[in-house]
Amino acid sequence: MWSLIQIELYKIFRRPRTYIAFGAIAALIVVIQFGLKIDGDAYAGFLMKDINDTLTVDGKVLNGYLICYILLQLLLVHVPLLVALIAADMISGEANLGTLRLLFTTPYSRTHWVIAKFIAASMYTILLLIWLAFLALFASMWIFGTDDLFLMKSNYVVLIEQSDVLWRYVGAFVFASFSLLTVTSLGFLMSSLSSNSIGPIVGTMSAIVFFTILSTLNIPLFNIVKPYLFTTHMNNWKEFFDIKVNIDNEAIRGSILNIPKIKTSLMVLTLHIILFVTASIIIIKKKDILS
Amino acid sequence: MHPINLKNILLICIILACGLGMPMQTMAQADPLIEKVSQKLAQVNDYVAEGVMKTDVSFIKASLGKVKVYFKKPNLLKVKKEGGISLLPRGGVSLTINTLLNTKQYTTIPSGTQVLNGKNLTVIKLIPTDDNLDWVISTLWIDPVEALVYKTATTTKENGSYEINMQYGEYAKQGLASKIIFSFNTKDYKLPNGITLEFGDEDPTAKQKALKNKKGTIEITYSKYTINKGIPNNIF
Repeated sequence: MWSLIQIELYKIFRRPRTYIAFGAIAALIVVIQFGLKIDGDAYAGFLMKDINDTLTVDGKVLNGYLICYILLQLLLVHVPLLVALIAADMISGEANLGTLRLLFTTPYSRTHWVIAKFIAASMYTILLLIWLAFLALFASMWIFGTDDLFLMKSNYVVLIEQSDVLWRYVGAFVFASFSLLTVTSLGFLMSSLSSNSIGPIVGTMSAIVFFTILSTLNIPLFNIVKPYLFTTHMNNWKEFFDIKVNIDNEAIRGSILNIPKIKTSLMVLTLHIILFVTASIIIIKKKDILS
Repeated sequence: MHPINLKNILLICIILACGLGMPMQTMAQADPLIEKVSQKLAQVNDYVAEGVMKTDVSFIKASLGKVKVYFKKPNLLKVKKEGGISLLPRGGVSLTINTLLNTKQYTTIPSGTQVLNGKNLTVIKLIPTDDNLDWVISTLWIDPVEALVYKTATTTKENGSYEINMQYGEYAKQGLASKIIFSFNTKDYKLPNGITLEFGDEDPTAKQKALKNKKGTIEITYSKYTINKGIPNNIF
């Protein structure tokens, strides 16, 4: 199996398209970091307009931890589209080139190949996420320094001590890996249904955009289906950054407000991954390779 | 009969003004209890106090934080959280009893007595005589026996009203509190979802709580004071 994964990884990293995502993420992060470094105080002032009416905030609000949170909020919505570029091409790309028939004539079963391809695509996804974490978190910490994380949510503010922040990012990135692997598996499923590259890539992107819009709309009719959409759960990495308070309104260090929500989301995402990959295997096993 | 000339009229006016005006002013400014409190506070030229700060504002989730409070005569005061972000009531934290009384630019109005937490306290109102001061009026609840201020309520020009409750312990002799509770009014906090990118995942309990409670408190419990050891001005 490992040799199959190596072959698939070689194929992925030989294509120039693979590096588009790494380049795009780096460019976006660098541009945002540059903007915030130059004019971050004005941005922070705008965010804290309401708070400044009542309180004086003393300290380095715009630090590496907050920058990373801002970057993740912006990028984790768009990175799935970059993941789709590779994942949705894993099988259909080979079908398009006519090499899929050749693969399936090797002594390895179709299931072996599909699993190897999925693992390779997953490794690419994880590498992309590590690259994102490196630039968004560690580079921001280096450029902007560290301090407490002062998070301004829609209705309240969370102030997390700096010694209590890093493990939350580890949790958030692990959670994000499940989100992105769900996208990988969806792209993989689309890829198994087609014999050309463009269709599955556009199909996966369209599905993500469509379900994301459904997840974000606060219309009662859609609220019924929302819990079953993977896009609803993909954004729940933010739960790692909300803390419990005791009866005296003191934040409890090291706590997470809604652990069951994280567990449920992880379960839903895992089920989606299993469902999409299993469906891909079944489709490929039954597929008549004509190209 | 000496003729009454303009020079004599002027002299009489000056004598009358000094004779009637001055005692009134002295009566208003030199309240003996305020003097007693001021004398107690005068022992302290500067201090560094270590303590724990608790922020209780309905829309803020913050944990307890270690703070250092720096004070230098006449009215320099700075609260610094050790390695972190601190939230303090806008303009209010500097209006402690030291900073109010050390300006010496006020008129006092005795306002009777009140029982507060079982203590019979004398109530005195302070009105600033300097228009440039930030505060408009301040009410002090003072223990006449110990000459300790247990509560102040101050209205400022630009930053609303503040109430400060004080408890005393080890450093009561110098008039320094062991615990200070700042109470202040908070305004609404709301950021559009488009800015926070939080679509459809509001915390309804926090929202409900924010609407109910419009009063915030900052509580500082002091563990140690270092008095009259000198503090450089660049701290403030």
